[in-house]
Amino acid sequence: MNRELVKKIFLPLVVLVFVLQVWSGIASIVNEFPTPSDTYVAAFGGVTSEGDELTGVLSDPFYENNQDDKGIFWQVLESLKRVFAGFVLAIIVGVPLGLFVGMSKNAQYALNPFIQIFKPVSPLAWLPLLLFIFQDINMTAIATIFITSIWPIIINTALGVKSVSEDYMNVAKVLRFTPMEKVIQIILPVSVPFIFTGMRLSLGIAWLVIVAAEMLTGGIGIGFWIWDAYNNLNYYHIIIGIIVVGLIGYLLDLMMGKIADYFDYTKRGRA
Amino acid sequence: MSKFLSLEGIEKRFPIPGKEDYVAVTDVNLEIKENEIISIIGHSGCGKSTLLNMISGLDAQTSGAIILENRHIQGPGPERAVVFQNHSLLPWLSVYQNIEMAVKKVMPQLGAHELRQRVEQYVSMVNLDHAKDKLPGEISGGMKQRVGIARALSITPKVLLMDEPFGALDSLTRANLQEHLMRIQQKVQNTVVIITHDIDEAVLLSDRVIMMTNGPQATIGEILEVNLPRPRNRVELQQNPEYIRCREAILSFLYEKFAKDDE
Ligand SMILES: Nc1ncnc2c1ncn2[C@@H]1O[C@H](COP(=O)(O)OP(=O)(O)O)[C@@H](O)[C@H]1O
Ligand SMILES: [Mg+2]
Repeated sequence: MNRELVKKIFLPLVVLVFVLQVWSGIASIVNEFPTPSDTYVAAFGGVTSEGDELTGVLSDPFYENNQDDKGIFWQVLESLKRVFAGFVLAIIVGVPLGLFVGMSKNAQYALNPFIQIFKPVSPLAWLPLLLFIFQDINMTAIATIFITSIWPIIINTALGVKSVSEDYMNVAKVLRFTPMEKVIQIILPVSVPFIFTGMRLSLGIAWLVIVAAEMLTGGIGIGFWIWDAYNNLNYYHIIIGIIVVGLIGYLLDLMMGKIADYFDYTKRGRA
Repeated sequence: MSKFLSLEGIEKRFPIPGKEDYVAVTDVNLEIKENEIISIIGHSGCGKSTLLNMISGLDAQTSGAIILENRHIQGPGPERAVVFQNHSLLPWLSVYQNIEMAVKKVMPQLGAHELRQRVEQYVSMVNLDHAKDKLPGEISGGMKQRVGIARALSITPKVLLMDEPFGALDSLTRANLQEHLMRIQQKVQNTVVIITHDIDEAVLLSDRVIMMTNGPQATIGEILEVNLPRPRNRVELQQNPEYIRCREAILSFLYEKFAKDDE
């Protein structure tokens, strides 16, 4: 094994030990705060420090008792469905809008102030308004994701269009490309890496947003599951929830990164 | 016989905010014969690119007319193919695909088989068969420029316009590309306008060398006929009295009559 790889595995383990130490420290100070070992038992099953025998939430993620009591897999799945619905909507609307803003100076002048104003608005600020409009948990969550994750897609797509060099456009002019041919044969290929960067940022935001949205809307989903754990004084589940949310967010980002690289001609070896 | 390509009273002004227009070139009159190879030489900034961009239609003249086979030039078109200095290949397309894209667009009537044949013919013409599936990022600068030439010729333009096509290359690669160009030119026989600031290149390649005065208000200073038979051999030419005469004529124009001391 090479040294680099050893470091990549060993150094995070050192940090993990340190984190567990700090966590244990906090658990010994804060009353009722879950210890690392009890949290492990809550996750994977076993016997707690108080002698209770548990099935872990992660060792039985697929159970379905009733509409409101389902395993963590179903919670995550429900959240992912909403995330993808909002995300796909954001792509469908955001990419053409970004192309438009990037290609037309007038569109840029007209839309840029709104993009800049709405971009920093927190999902929590949108939520009440959207809930009021849709009166439906699912629709509200999806709409919140849509409206908070669309901005990076618009901005990055427009940036991609702007990065098309004059030289490529001159080639298109000499060959008398139609506007449609210019978009498909020149502008899109140049913009694709930018669009995917936007999509990656957007998916990250969507996953951040879903947890917050579900906490407020309730029902089923990993966000509500965590909130529910808090209401039931089940602090183990809060910590497990945080780790699950983090891991899934990380996986989503890795996935998007791989897809982005695939479509990025600058990173493709040979076509 | 009517004229092939003529530039009549061309002037190009660039508006400068808050000031008078910058007159880059003025009063340019030139007739270019069919299958003629001419080069335009002049100090940097004298308006060579400006002139070529007007012929290509990528930029419009302020006044005057450019007429190709009795038609006024308006905007760019594939009958005036351009080889850009920085090759301008699309980096996400392979060598083959870059040429194919142009042929497909300009000759949409070609069937799949004819299309492939034609693209391969032009890949071969610049000796790039071994690299046809490579991306532009994977081949050398000289090879890229060869693809640029192949792409331009593959659409059988009436005029081939080249703006310092070999300017960014080292002298050996440059010589190699000049040979390619001369060899291809013997075969396809079309009209070529090539911008250069290299005296040897101008004499070696051209039937006539157009020498431009310095800007602003640059115009054609002298036109030199190069009466050398083809094919031309760069080594033999070094001793040729006509070659030496041409070189000296350009040298004297550039460094005595229109010397530029701020370079
Ligand atoms: N778009 C432009 N706006 C203003 N001035 C320009 C523009 N393009 C070129 N010029 C000026 O016109 C002159 C000729 O430029 P150019 O044709 O590029 O020269 P060359 O190709 O001979 O080096 C230069 O002085 C340049 O600064
Ligand atoms: Mg120039």
